[in-house]
Amino acid sequence: MDIWVGIFVAIGIGATVFVALRVANLASSTSEATYHVTAEFSNIGGLKVRAPVKSAGVVVGRVTDIRLDTQKYVALVSINLEQRYPFSQDTSATILTSGLLGEQYVGLESGAETENLKDGSKIILTSSALVLESLISEFLFNKASE
Amino acid sequence: MKAIIRVPALIGHYVNDRLWRLGFASRFLFMILIQSGTCLIRPRLVLREAYFIGVQSLIIILVSGMFVGLVLGLQMYDTLERFGSGEGVGTVVALALVRELGPVLSALLFASRAGTAVTAEIGLMKTTEQLSAMEMMAIEPVARVIAPRFWAGIISLPLLTSMFNVMGIFGGYLVGVLLLGVDEGIFWSQMQATVDFREDVLNGIIKSVVFAVAVILIAVFEGYNSPPTAEGVSSATTRAVVTSSLAILALDFVLTAFMFRGI
Repeated sequence: MDIWVGIFVAIGIGATVFVALRVANLASSTSEATYHVTAEFSNIGGLKVRAPVKSAGVVVGRVTDIRLDTQKYVALVSINLEQRYPFSQDTSATILTSGLLGEQYVGLESGAETENLKDGSKIILTSSALVLESLISEFLFNKASE
Repeated sequence: MKAIIRVPALIGHYVNDRLWRLGFASRFLFMILIQSGTCLIRPRLVLREAYFIGVQSLIIILVSGMFVGLVLGLQMYDTLERFGSGEGVGTVVALALVRELGPVLSALLFASRAGTAVTAEIGLMKTTEQLSAMEMMAIEPVARVIAPRFWAGIISLPLLTSMFNVMGIFGGYLVGVLLLGVDEGIFWSQMQATVDFREDVLNGIIKSVVFAVAVILIAVFEGYNSPPTAEGVSSATTRAVVTSSLAILALDFVLTAFMFRGI
């Protein structure tokens, strides 16, 4: 009887570890040291907290917080970047969509400056999400003015 | 005239009765916690119950988990394929199992497989006056009979839930990768990219611990509180299943509302 309970508990713990490692991929996430930067966007579209931050398609960080700056009425997006990926100070941030209907993420493109982004610094060059409605209205207005 | 007085009296009696039972159950939980010292001194008592409650529920949990995963894989693939994202089947199966189906279904199965057995056993012990006999010998029945079953249940259900999840994901893998031809690498990598340890897995484990407390407390309480007759034991067993199933579903809604409200 002891043996069966022992096996039962061992398999149970094994199953939990399996779910943690294989399914949630715990080993390769989180633990990485990060630094924190912010960026202002005039429109973030459907960007959500925990959305990935990618550079050249590689995930380099996550969005940690999104709030509205009531001074300038722009979206203030906080981003945690992994320590091992330095970016220059004139890095540009763009809100992009993966696939046609996929989730939105922040794309980073490093600039030419030698100085790198530090913890707490701000990304100056940003471009907003593509909002379909404003795109269509712009198109219509252009057509009308022709 | 009499009926006018009787209706509120009936309602009042009903409400009072329920409240009394709820209060008694809370005090019973408190009593179990106080009397749990014996389980620490004699862990073999818990071990024995873990065998009957946990190990013997293994087959039904594993087989159900497997079939839930298989069916979920088939259904989800069918729907996702319409949107051209059939590879997402692993993600959907894993998320559904880890967040909801795993904890809830294994708790429901556990309530009907182990909960009823515990209720019937304790009810019968009470009917045949074994509990009174223990008290006569200055052995506290709550410490000797109730607490070991309580703790065995709390240890067993989260472990069973994890096994249910693994079997379900394995079932989804069988259907998705082997039967429907989703690429194995995409199956796992999409799953790993979406399932978060703290957000999804840990919340699922918390759910299963809460369900374990609810199910096993209702089971031991109904058994301990059953009328000492054959009829009483049978109605207590029925009540244990019904109450714990409803408690699981209600608690699940509350926990989900707190955990996965979205942003």
